[in-house]
Amino acid sequence: MYAQMVKTGVDKLQSLDEMSARERAFQERIDADKRIEPKDWMPDSYRKTLIRQISQHAHSEIVGMLPEGNWITRAPTLKRKAILMAKVQDEGGHGLYLYSAAETLGITRDQMFEALHSGRAKYSSIFNYPALTWADIGTIGWLVDGAAIMNQVPLQRCSYGPYARAMVRVCKEESFHQRQGYDSLLALSRGTDEQKRMAQDALNRWWWPSLMMFGPPDGESVHSAQSMRWKIKLFSNDELRQRFIDLSVPQAEVLGLKIPDKDLKWNDERGHYDFGEIDWSELYEVVKGNGPCNRERLSERIRAWNEGSWVRDAALAHAEKNIHRASANN
Amino acid sequence: MELDKKLNQPLAEYLKHLGDNTLILAQRLSEWCGHGPVLEEDLAITNVALDLIGQTRLWLGLAADIDDTGGDADSLAYQRDVLDFRNALLVELPNGDFATTAARQFLFDHWQLLALAELSRSSLQPLADIAAKSHKEVRYHTDRSDQWVRILGDGTPVSRERFETALNALWSYTGELFEVKQGDQALIDAGIITDMSLLHRQWRDDITSVLDQASLATPPDEYMQRGGRDGMHSEHLGYLLAEMQFLQRAYPGAEW
Amino acid sequence: MHEWPLWEVFIRSQHGLAHRHVGSLHAADAEMAVRNARDVYTRRSEGVSIWVVRSSDIIASRPDEKDALFEPSDDKVYRHPTFYKLPDEVDNM
Repeated sequence: MYAQMVKTGVDKLQSLDEMSARERAFQERIDADKRIEPKDWMPDSYRKTLIRQISQHAHSEIVGMLPEGNWITRAPTLKRKAILMAKVQDEGGHGLYLYSAAETLGITRDQMFEALHSGRAKYSSIFNYPALTWADIGTIGWLVDGAAIMNQVPLQRCSYGPYARAMVRVCKEESFHQRQGYDSLLALSRGTDEQKRMAQDALNRWWWPSLMMFGPPDGESVHSAQSMRWKIKLFSNDELRQRFIDLSVPQAEVLGLKIPDKDLKWNDERGHYDFGEIDWSELYEVVKGNGPCNRERLSERIRAWNEGSWVRDAALAHAEKNIHRASANN
Repeated sequence: MELDKKLNQPLAEYLKHLGDNTLILAQRLSEWCGHGPVLEEDLAITNVALDLIGQTRLWLGLAADIDDTGGDADSLAYQRDVLDFRNALLVELPNGDFATTAARQFLFDHWQLLALAELSRSSLQPLADIAAKSHKEVRYHTDRSDQWVRILGDGTPVSRERFETALNALWSYTGELFEVKQGDQALIDAGIITDMSLLHRQWRDDITSVLDQASLATPPDEYMQRGGRDGMHSEHLGYLLAEMQFLQRAYPGAEW
Repeated sequence: MHEWPLWEVFIRSQHGLAHRHVGSLHAADAEMAVRNARDVYTRRSEGVSIWVVRSSDIIASRPDEKDALFEPSDDKVYRHPTFYKLPDEVDNM
């Protein structure tokens, strides 16, 4: 899940009776599974929450290009290089679709970048971990993209039209991302002892951070409840996390890899895997900015943005000169 | 067409020249992925890199077939050292700023466009086929590059200065693209490749007509750097290969 | 300087259907918008023709006029083929 702990600015859920006529009509449309479109009236808190959620999602795509991008130049075969390049490029595309969706809510992409660069806006905690070996690339595809898909598939039905449509496109394109990751790990798991060690090590490091991607248990969170009422969040964090674990365990077995959780055990009664306790303090530290790569990731984004500034200015100046030249000729 | 055995070695060398050019340039361009000046350009530049990687697989694949030593495109890309790389020096130069990358791409695209149009008429069908397929891709690359020349040359004083500096710095690396090496002559005689030296004037005219649109001057032909096709590279290539070949070198024989 | 303007992108697929809105992007001018659209929205051979329009040039109907604009057609069921019940012998009309 690329959006974690999104605040709604709401401190208490309102019942339909407590709402104004406009608010009630809005909620009833959502309840009837109708889509909200950019020009429709919407409560300010809905608009602001969506901006936070969609831009966080978009920032995650863009920052997420960095850990994988750092392996493009080292990919071990021409085929793997092309696949990885296409995949990282797709992440950029997904960021672009999402920024566009957020722009329909009355914020510009530059404003969103500014929020990211100043540290006000967040991106997914997962991208603050380092990609140390080639096995990390396969593992990111398998687990990180796998976790993201869990969240993104239901969001294709979310209440906000532009977000839902962006998700349709993202999901269609993402379908190869998880597979290429798994395929790459499969090659390692059938390879030399060194390759197997590399794969196991990557799983050891990425497993718990992947589970944290879904966010802390929703519990009594009013923000989660409000987001679900608005249908911009379709399942609880714990539901999605459980589903992810249930799917991943047999996949790890096929790879011959061991999930680093001694408490992981099938529970016949629940029909799910039981799993060990997640160290939430780690997530809070990473979100606060203390993950292993927070500073690097952000400064790399800022540097690329600042170094591109004269290029963007040049294109704009050229376009404006063209307009003047054309009107001078008329 | 049955290939005269004597031509195998020069042909393989020539194909490595074509494939190493696209490989090394793709490697350089891929360094931009995630760092472009704007998201749209990030995607666009990666599309070019992806096309070039695709071309590399074809050129080096054919080179390996002709070499007939049991290798393939990957072993050529990942297991040769600097001395055996046949790319032009131009493509191995560091990316520098966006103007340097854009200028390098512009000079290379126009060379590739002319070369591929000629090679697509090669008497050797597999070579002609690869050239024809690549030519379509390069037409688009060239359009894009021309657009950046107009933008940077015409845009702001800063962009113009940066682009001029880059163009002048890179110019001495362009002569090499039109060299005819000793082994080439037999291939030219057999109609397999074209005499690149005959394309030099056309290339200069093409470059000049785009530079004109941005009222930029074409640099004068003075001393030209050379040596890429003889394996005499810049220091930059060693670092590039060290990074690119790291896994294949660290884990010899592993499958990925 | 300010941000590159926003453009809406419309793509016609190979199957001869009309151009369809696929999303938006930023570009300094129309020429760049077409190229960016090619690079962003046709990475998987999605289209054979691209239109771009400055987002600010699009005139949209107003949501509060929705009733007036679209409800009148709701009761014109006779415009839809399923309105007409044909004898079973006549199929595929």
